[in-house]
Amino acid sequence: MGSLRTLNYDAIVIGGGGAGMRAALQLTESGVKTACITKVFPTRSHTVSAQGGITCAIASADPNDDWRWHMYDTVKGSDYIGDQDAIEYMCSVGPQAVFELDHMGLPFSRTEEGRIYQRPFGGQSKGPDDPTQAARTCAAADRTGHALLHALYQGNMKGGTTFLNEWYAVDLVKNQKGSVVGVIAICIETGETVYVKAKATVMATGGAGRIYQSTTNALINTGDGMGMALRAGFPGQDMEMWQFHPTGIYGAGTLVTEGCRGEGGYLINSEGERFMERYAPNSKDLAGRDVVARSMVLEILEGRGCGPDKDHVMLKLDHLGEETLNAKLPGILELSRTFAHADPVKVPIPVVPTCHYMMGGIPTNVGGEAITRTADGQDQIVEGLYACGEAACVSVHGANRLGGNSLLDLVVFGRAAGLQIEKTIRDGLTHDDASDSDIETALGRLNRLNSSTSGEKSVEVKDELQKTMQLYFGVFREGESMQKGLKMLDEIGERLKNIHLEDKSLAFNTARIEALELDNLYETAVATAVSAEGRRESRGAHARNDFTERDDENWLKHSIYDPTTKELSKRDVNFSPKTVEAFPPKVRSY
Amino acid sequence: MLVSIYRYNSEKDNVPYMEDVNVDIPEGKDLMVLDVLHLLKAEDSSVTYRRSCREGVCGSDGLNMNGKNGLACITPLSEVVKKDKLVLRPLPGLPVIRDLVVDMSMFYKQYEKIKPFLVNDTPPPAIERLQSPEEREKLDGLYECILCACCSTACPSFWWNPDKFIGPSGLLQAYRFLADSRDTSTAERLADLDDPFSVFRCRGIMNCVSVCPKGLNPTKAIGHIRGMLMQRST
Ligand SMILES: Cc1cc2nc3c(=O)[nH]c(=O)nc-3n(C[C@H](O)[C@H](O)[C@H](O)COP(=O)(O)OP(=O)(O)OC[C@H]3O[C@@H](n4cnc5c(N)ncnc54)[C@H](O)[C@@H]3O)c2cc1C
Ligand code: SF4
Repeated sequence: MGSLRTLNYDAIVIGGGGAGMRAALQLTESGVKTACITKVFPTRSHTVSAQGGITCAIASADPNDDWRWHMYDTVKGSDYIGDQDAIEYMCSVGPQAVFELDHMGLPFSRTEEGRIYQRPFGGQSKGPDDPTQAARTCAAADRTGHALLHALYQGNMKGGTTFLNEWYAVDLVKNQKGSVVGVIAICIETGETVYVKAKATVMATGGAGRIYQSTTNALINTGDGMGMALRAGFPGQDMEMWQFHPTGIYGAGTLVTEGCRGEGGYLINSEGERFMERYAPNSKDLAGRDVVARSMVLEILEGRGCGPDKDHVMLKLDHLGEETLNAKLPGILELSRTFAHADPVKVPIPVVPTCHYMMGGIPTNVGGEAITRTADGQDQIVEGLYACGEAACVSVHGANRLGGNSLLDLVVFGRAAGLQIEKTIRDGLTHDDASDSDIETALGRLNRLNSSTSGEKSVEVKDELQKTMQLYFGVFREGESMQKGLKMLDEIGERLKNIHLEDKSLAFNTARIEALELDNLYETAVATAVSAEGRRESRGAHARNDFTERDDENWLKHSIYDPTTKELSKRDVNFSPKTVEAFPPKVRSY
Repeated sequence: MLVSIYRYNSEKDNVPYMEDVNVDIPEGKDLMVLDVLHLLKAEDSSVTYRRSCREGVCGSDGLNMNGKNGLACITPLSEVVKKDKLVLRPLPGLPVIRDLVVDMSMFYKQYEKIKPFLVNDTPPPAIERLQSPEEREKLDGLYECILCACCSTACPSFWWNPDKFIGPSGLLQAYRFLADSRDTSTAERLADLDDPFSVFRCRGIMNCVSVCPKGLNPTKAIGHIRGMLMQRST
């Protein structure tokens, strides 16, 4: 192994966001020797940006609330390709996970009774028979993600978790049997490359919104976990399913929470009309996010967009009054004043659907174990590899995620992965060691980059990639134009082979990190593109102009993208929850 | 516009230096300082800084801009540029790793010292611990801290005693837990702070208040802690 230093753990968690820190806490508390590796200091992870809240039937706003109603909403929201066993698990153990956060110190907003404050969010009802708008999203003002991430970091400090902060995971190490036995990582501060060996490796690397030009996501959301898994030959699931959030600030991409509409805000077009009344007469502005985003694009396409270019709509909040806005949406006031130069107390905020969330990811079971497919299309657990959070596809979100369900997903499945690993390790999990050549393989990409002598700058290629995805794989998709997009991605792939790292210095070399991230963006983008072209129907967030209907006969399925062949196959959706009857597919209307 | 940026790469520079670069700012757009850094990095990929959320909530890109600490991503040029010139330096008082990136260990250590986590001796109930809206309101202006270090690195008392004085950010967090009705370790927390340095090195200069990008008021929190400490000793 030459001069490469090896660090040895039982478990490593790659990612210090909500999912990673919840998993790390579980593992540390149960005595498993664990390190949490994160490319930014944990509280700078993207979870910090989450605003609106964490959806969960804790029965505060409505004492009769029932997790089964939350489950029903989530299944319906997913357009019926969310796995019902996983959704059942999330919704039923959810309350416990939220109370734990309170015990950890999360400063939730409160009701007069002293309980956690819950606000209405899109797609929330009181079960299959009662479409009344529910209020199920637990909130800490409009800074829930910040409050949650800091509480989790604090919990981990109390628990004594080992962090490798500002370390960058490059690629997975696989042994001859194909098991994952750790990761190659760079300590960013010194530039040292290290083999971090582990029996269990958890991908909690978050989303990849940066594959699009316009996104609500942080600059660090580059799909590193997805990229590493794909390069190691493991599949991606439902990668065509990207959520476009209705209310990204026009021009800046920064998000204003759905909670704005939950608190009574609504969208208007250039004629001042509250157009959602036409598209979703019952839920109006709180219909599913996919529905609202598409309605906005249609308004714009039909010439009722706002501004000189008629290319956005407006979110009106001023009628809520300054006091409510200050109390409930203080962060939004700040963001809007800074990025839209609009004071919501007086004028509406210009907004446009913006790439927000990756519903797809590394397929896992409820215990976070990564799943691959055998040659004859059977599920097979990947030894040593786990995933949770936005990087994973359990799948609880299916074709469309409901607001507030991601934060719940993080803590529920971060914990579940920790529990599963603890058990597996206690049962005596061992792997064959990686050979020198296994490690060389994992180092290949980094070595190539480090020895580049000429070629293109990574920023230029990144711009091209983001534009291509925005143009050909956005809110509405169409076969022919996606074919064109795929061709362009091929060309970008060729250019990627020729990336040149000018600055070869070791200490805090962010140019090196950005070049490595670009590969991950590309892998994720190709998986998205192939899956989007392959799913010939419209479902949830995936809307095709050439196949406008949902096709349950052929596509009530997960899509599975195989990176080794770049081909798509199908995987069954789970319709077997353990304690309730399955919710059968119905027409989805709001 | 002229950007003068602090450069230091230990692998090639003996001493830090200021590099002057002319940057073309697109007409009619009020860029943020972070956008300018992106423009610089597109030209010279070795320019080094931290960034993540780009919307003022993660606290990565604290910098000293024309002499004042703040977050690059939410500081518009219109607010900070003087006479068409922008001077960018790392946060003062902490060791520089490279260019605008500082070693934050000292800062984090002070945060860790105040035991920034909820302590409650009673077994947790089956639901959340109840807290009235009034009790919860006491945490407003405290829990929002993003650990950007703009305040502590603007504080002369912290520059002189970064190992002993907790600093404005850490003290704001100390008070956040003292003020939380769900926390039961007030006495221990106060005992830990009761020495000549941890709190009492604050000289009320209030630089922290004027730079905090989240509009928080560490000086006020420090005042509350002082009050609690005084009361404790009487
Ligand atoms: C603006 C915004 C608002 C949102 N609001 C809500 C909301 O109100 N409610 C809700 O439920 N959801 C919301 N979401 C979605 C939710 O915030 C995210 O899906 C979720 O936070 C993702 O958490 P995570 O733990 O999976 O990943 P992240 O929090 O993104 O963390 C990823 C971690 O992985 C690390 N990492 C990544 N790559 C590497 C690597 N190569 N090496 C080492 N470390 C690496 C990073 O350092 C980071 O620590 C929002 C999303 C956005 C964009
Ligand atoms: S108090 Fe303000 S300036 Fe100080 S670390 Fe917190 S957010 Fe930053």
